[in-house]
Amino acid sequence: MNVIHLIRITLAAMLLGVSLYAVAQGNLEINTPQISALQSSMQQRHAQLAPLYGAGAIGLARDGTVALRDASSVPMAQRGQVNALIAAENADRAALYREIARANGHPEWEADVRRTFAQRWIDRAQPGWWVETGSGWTRK
Amino acid sequence: MRSSTKRWMLTLTLAAMASGCVTINIYFPAAAAEAAADRIIDEVWQLRESAPAAPQARPNGEAQ
Repeated sequence: MNVIHLIRITLAAMLLGVSLYAVAQGNLEINTPQISALQSSMQQRHAQLAPLYGAGAIGLARDGTVALRDASSVPMAQRGQVNALIAAENADRAALYREIARANGHPEWEADVRRTFAQRWIDRAQPGWWVETGSGWTRK
Repeated sequence: MRSSTKRWMLTLTLAAMASGCVTINIYFPAAAAEAAADRIIDEVWQLRESAPAAPQARPNGEAQ
């Protein structure tokens, strides 16, 4: 009786492990207030970043950030503003990667999240935008 | 005898639970992360939902 009970517990524990594994594989939690706030902040900033991507002034770097690629395409008077935009965007991105890892109970996933995003930003960049690959910057 | 069996089963139970945890900890769900990234990128770049806020709609767009 007791042994059967323990076997049941063992099986239940294994089942729990399997189901948690399945959950881990299914979806990542991204619907938290922090993530939503970062998302809308980045969305608003994108209106200002989009023309800079198009002009080649900034590009999508391999490390999941936005980088100043060609400062000369930005008028001198606006460079400070562009740098501030880049800094703000990269701060949001870093927070986003950290928050996604944390929201899913695995702060140690931050680097993996960043790597995944870096690849997806680059894959989905629009034609004409600059992206950083293993061999340097290229225009899509 | 019975108590040693019990202890053995308990050890097995704990080992099963622990191995379950280890599996979950090590594994990074790459496909799920990619899907999550795409959902966020859709939002940020306004790729999926119709983008009503065209760049021209922003009065300060030119000033940037």
